[in-house]
Amino acid sequence: MDSIAGKKPGLTWAVNLSVLAMVLLWIFPTLGLFVSSFRTGDQIVASGWWKALFPAEQIVQLRVADPDENRVERDGVFRVEGNFFLTGELTGEIQAFGVSSRDLGAHAPGEAADMGDGESLAVNADGSYVWSGSDDQISGRGQRVFVTATVPPDFSLDNYDTVLGEGVVQDLISWLVGAALVGIAGFLALRALLPAHGPVLAVGAALLYGAFALIAALRAGLVGTTPFVATGLVVVIAGAAYVLVRRAMPEAARTMAWVLGITAFAVFVTDFGVGTGVGAATASEDMAKAFMNTLTVVIPATVIPILVAAFAAYALAWMDFPGRALLIAAVVGLLVVPLQLALIPLLKLHNEVGIGKGYVGTWLAHTGFGMPLAIYLLRNYMVGLPRDIIENAKVDGATDFQIFVRIILPLSFPALASFAIFQFLWTWNDLLVALVFLIDSSGQTTVMTKQIVEILGTRGGDWEILATSAFVSIAVPLIVFFSMQRYLVRGLLAGSVK
Amino acid sequence: MNPALQGLTFIIIGVGGCIGYFYFSNVVLDKVIFPARGPKAGRNINRANMIRPWLFLFPALLALGLYLAYPVFETLRLSLTERLPGGQSRWVGLANYQQMLGEPKFMEALRNNMMWLIVVPALSTAFGLLAAQLTDRIRWGNVAKSIVFMPMAISFVGAAVIFKLVYDARPINAEQIGILNAIYLSLGGEAPINWLTVPFWNNFFLMAVLVWIQTGFAMVILSAALRGIPEETVEAAIVDGANPFQIFFKIKVPQIMGTIVVVWTTITIVVLKVFDIVYAMTNGQWETQVLANYMYDKLFRANDWGVGSASAMVIMLLVTPILVWNVYNARKEMR
Repeated sequence: MDSIAGKKPGLTWAVNLSVLAMVLLWIFPTLGLFVSSFRTGDQIVASGWWKALFPAEQIVQLRVADPDENRVERDGVFRVEGNFFLTGELTGEIQAFGVSSRDLGAHAPGEAADMGDGESLAVNADGSYVWSGSDDQISGRGQRVFVTATVPPDFSLDNYDTVLGEGVVQDLISWLVGAALVGIAGFLALRALLPAHGPVLAVGAALLYGAFALIAALRAGLVGTTPFVATGLVVVIAGAAYVLVRRAMPEAARTMAWVLGITAFAVFVTDFGVGTGVGAATASEDMAKAFMNTLTVVIPATVIPILVAAFAAYALAWMDFPGRALLIAAVVGLLVVPLQLALIPLLKLHNEVGIGKGYVGTWLAHTGFGMPLAIYLLRNYMVGLPRDIIENAKVDGATDFQIFVRIILPLSFPALASFAIFQFLWTWNDLLVALVFLIDSSGQTTVMTKQIVEILGTRGGDWEILATSAFVSIAVPLIVFFSMQRYLVRGLLAGSVK
Repeated sequence: MNPALQGLTFIIIGVGGCIGYFYFSNVVLDKVIFPARGPKAGRNINRANMIRPWLFLFPALLALGLYLAYPVFETLRLSLTERLPGGQSRWVGLANYQQMLGEPKFMEALRNNMMWLIVVPALSTAFGLLAAQLTDRIRWGNVAKSIVFMPMAISFVGAAVIFKLVYDARPINAEQIGILNAIYLSLGGEAPINWLTVPFWNNFFLMAVLVWIQTGFAMVILSAALRGIPEETVEAAIVDGANPFQIFFKIKVPQIMGTIVVVWTTITIVVLKVFDIVYAMTNGQWETQVLANYMYDKLFRANDWGVGSASAMVIMLLVTPILVWNVYNARKEMR
């Protein structure tokens, strides 16, 4: 398109500028929340977050040290010396100072302000000051000084400590870096060695991965309390990793690093939840608990529907039976049925069956609500797979079950990934299903979205808590979004346009 | 039991159960019920193959039927009955609908929903189309796309907090921390406005949140559609002396009309279900009620299942044309 006729440089400029305007408009709201989460409550209400990015000019009223305790006499002249920076009263860079409220910036740093009758006050750029004069003048209270200083942007992780717990963000960062390093190393090793050594190395990688998970589980304290669970966890994860690598080589090897990182992250969070989840309910623990609960809702609610839907999608795509067209039409129809309709009937059903409110009901509900999209996406993708492969396999005597597990499932990896992302985002961000099917009066089963709504209602003015909590809850989807955007886009296109 | 361990157990049982079900049901079908040997081997294989699709479909159909199809009919039934103390219910015909239509809050929700239905899909699609067209023509277009697309990952509740900060209002002599009021005052506004409490117009401030989220979705799909346009048609128009605006509106847009409709209807469905934004930002106060939040109010605050179900049926009724249209298109494509 670049070389076509009829293209004017002016227009290119206009295009660039309008895109820039749009991008800024779209990123500004989120940026505000992000910046605010690093500021203290006082800073947030004192100035707009957009001003926090730049050095701000501040006028501070200070007093020099108490003369009765600090003055020193030399040749009949009394002096009080000190340093505003050292006492912590002032930060930044001193631009000007003044001794009268009528002229705040009268003097440049280093100058001496003459206050009449030989009394003078000098403030230097390094924060030190000298106040000198006669016995009468240097007495009473310390002299007032107005200092104009440029304060550099000031950000801290304090809010995250309050919301998540002391030191959690630092731990998180070191864990993520560690997991990423292991993941990248593993990925590079896999890529270099796999084509040549195949299964042997895959088993090795799986064992390594298992060992990693074991260490993580040990750290989480799972082993001490329930060794069987930890062992099971390691076996399952190692087995899954092995299957992934063997079945769907290229795509799986690439995602292996991600799985590694995310698992480490999950185990870390478990660690945190197990370690501190009990005890007095403070703001921080509520949010940490909500984080844990959200993870607990999301992971099974993402994994189960994929498996169920994949089989159904295969049947709808590649098996011939009466009523197939009708079923596909039904799935397309159910795609748009609002889940609001399902709330009361299903709540009644859950109560009658005995599940009541709780995780099991929530998982089942998410599975049901995600099913039409899952079947629709996967079927659309599977229909596009080459017919020859499937027919060849049939001729070679493969059963439908074998064809599905050995051929269709590995080939459908991109579609599986895109649905997994959709379902993950949807369940993580969900409020309504959690409100109806999960959250009971005990307060133990709250999720992040509910927690944020709660803070909005009760502590709406505490922007530092609100902004940080909200940012914690949107950080995970954002990470998933930016790392898996390719699959997300592919899934969107498969789901909407044909 | 610790919820995390419970979750892990559920994954293992769920995944193991699914795999076990699919594997063993196939084994049972092939080896026990219709074994592929003996005198009737041929007939048995055919019979097994007739039954197998239903084995594959059964769990999914169960989930679909129980969690989506059954509730539609149950809600319809509930909307025509009244709950009596002691778990009984009584047939009341259309009384719930009559009561609902008489409530000013419902009419307000209906009116607001109609505005949402017009404004949000229109603006999202328009912005999405604009973004798709513009970003395709510049070098850093992919970065720009990522950023416009990003709100898709943010929860409605998260977006509500984000925009609460944007709309925040402080007293007139204090420093404004909401960027909208800061801009408004710097442009010569007299006093900061509490945007979410201004009746009627506050609806648009809520809609802006959803437009902000949905534009990325529209952009991604429309951008793919734009790239699918045959290059020759554009080149022919250039040769004929069309200017860029004519190319866009008279050549490109007509060719992607089908996709625009799909995007429009998809966003329409999202709008009909919109609940979290209103629930978190105003909870329907200051005349911002919408149907989904009205329904939640009736069901879980007023505990009135009859009227709540009736309003759910209204949402269903509004979705139905899209449902029919989608099914019709899907059938057309399959032929």
